[in-house]
Amino acid sequence: MDTIPQATAAALHLFASLDPALLTVVGRSLAVSTSACLLAFGFGVLAGVWLAVSRFSGRGAVLALINTLLALPSVVVGLLVYLLLSRSGPLGFLGWLFSFQAMGLAQTILVVPIVTALTRQAIDDADRVQGEQLASLGATPLMRGLLLAWDERYALLTVLLAAFGRAISEVGAVMIVGGNIEGFTRVMTTAIALETSKGDLPLAIALSIVLLLVVLALNALIAALRSWRERVDGAATQVARVVVA
Amino acid sequence: MNLADKPQGALSNTQRENVAKPTMFRLEQVGVRYGSTWALQSASLSIGAGERVALVGPNGSGKTTLLRVLNGLIEPSTGTVQRPATTRQTLLFQRPYMLRMTALWNVALGLWLRGARWRDACKQANEALARVGLAAFAQRNARTLSAGQQQRLALARAWVLASDVMLLDEPTASMDPDARLEVETLLGEFTSGHLQTLVFSSHTLGQVRRLASRVICLQDGRIRADLPLQEFLERTASVESKLSFEGELG
Repeated sequence: MDTIPQATAAALHLFASLDPALLTVVGRSLAVSTSACLLAFGFGVLAGVWLAVSRFSGRGAVLALINTLLALPSVVVGLLVYLLLSRSGPLGFLGWLFSFQAMGLAQTILVVPIVTALTRQAIDDADRVQGEQLASLGATPLMRGLLLAWDERYALLTVLLAAFGRAISEVGAVMIVGGNIEGFTRVMTTAIALETSKGDLPLAIALSIVLLLVVLALNALIAALRSWRERVDGAATQVARVVVA
Repeated sequence: MNLADKPQGALSNTQRENVAKPTMFRLEQVGVRYGSTWALQSASLSIGAGERVALVGPNGSGKTTLLRVLNGLIEPSTGTVQRPATTRQTLLFQRPYMLRMTALWNVALGLWLRGARWRDACKQANEALARVGLAAFAQRNARTLSAGQQQRLALARAWVLASDVMLLDEPTASMDPDARLEVETLLGEFTSGHLQTLVFSSHTLGQVRRLASRVICLQDGRIRADLPLQEFLERTASVESKLSFEGELG
């Protein structure tokens, strides 16, 4: 089988020649997922902070729902957003269907539960350790949550990166609401699916390599952040241990 | 006579002296339950302004729970607690928690949370850091400071708030003797000028002797004795009582 080596060589040529089609699709993918993640991060962090520090009846059910939404299939989100944005849907007047905005909205909905659930967990854990101290200083529950969010900013950055990884690698939702229109709503994942079905493997492989590199870079960044945090906090703990000893 | 023989309702000499002072806290039959466990039971006591009260007793006797009730962090399951609404209280934990920010910001935060402008808060925080000997560490990440330095930082945070009541949960538990004495000296300075109330838990008899004027002994969530310092020290001559200090007599 010579197809794979030939296709890989052709893909590398696309990289080397900075193929405009490749760059456009990659750029659009990064733009959609970055926009969606920033939007989801703003909303999800606030929701997660609020869920972590507030106590109300039905909180357990809300947490269970959020955790369930972590496994939300992207095609279901795509269908939901499609129904919302279709001409006869409640948001049809926006005219967003098959547009950049529709893809951004779908990815936002997809990653909001991830950001919310992970933020809630991080702040909840921090609140168990620091909550009473902050409360005794006069912080209201919401202020306590926001201060803890600031204190856990590196953990939340990891949450953001995880959400970005989920957003950029999903295909079902953007395929449904974006329509995979060339030069307009085609992103890496939908292009890979299309080019593979067409038998145009070089572009599909080139895009797959970019996607893998993006995910690899995200994971490397998360690992580096975690390592750096452990080094800083570990140093502090070590100093304390020496003093106690 | 054993410490536990002291009737709970009896007023000691120190308590009588304090009758004229405004009451800071009054607890009536207070009980706190965590799940099925009573951490505090039938606790009744009154603490006047300017008193220096030590809470002693073995681990799990209810000292921390009592401090949290006094601070208002938890509401009792039974009984009533009266706290003056206008006083400023500060609770210092056994291991003070510092936010991942500079020492200066950690101190200024308390003031800012109580309505001060950030710039003013930082200015006062700088003064407080100088007062506890940490001026050189103002821009250091508070979490990289040693346990003793962090406790001094916590004291600066309490001092800058000009608290009327300082509640301390084993404030020197994880410190070496030098650091412990430094913190005790600062505590003495902070509470010497006016009617500042000090309530602290301790396992160290020497610390109780140096800081307290009244000692409340707890066991199994109940107040077993409430004595003036001198009377408490006379009674701790018994070996049995010393054991409750886990051998720490320094």
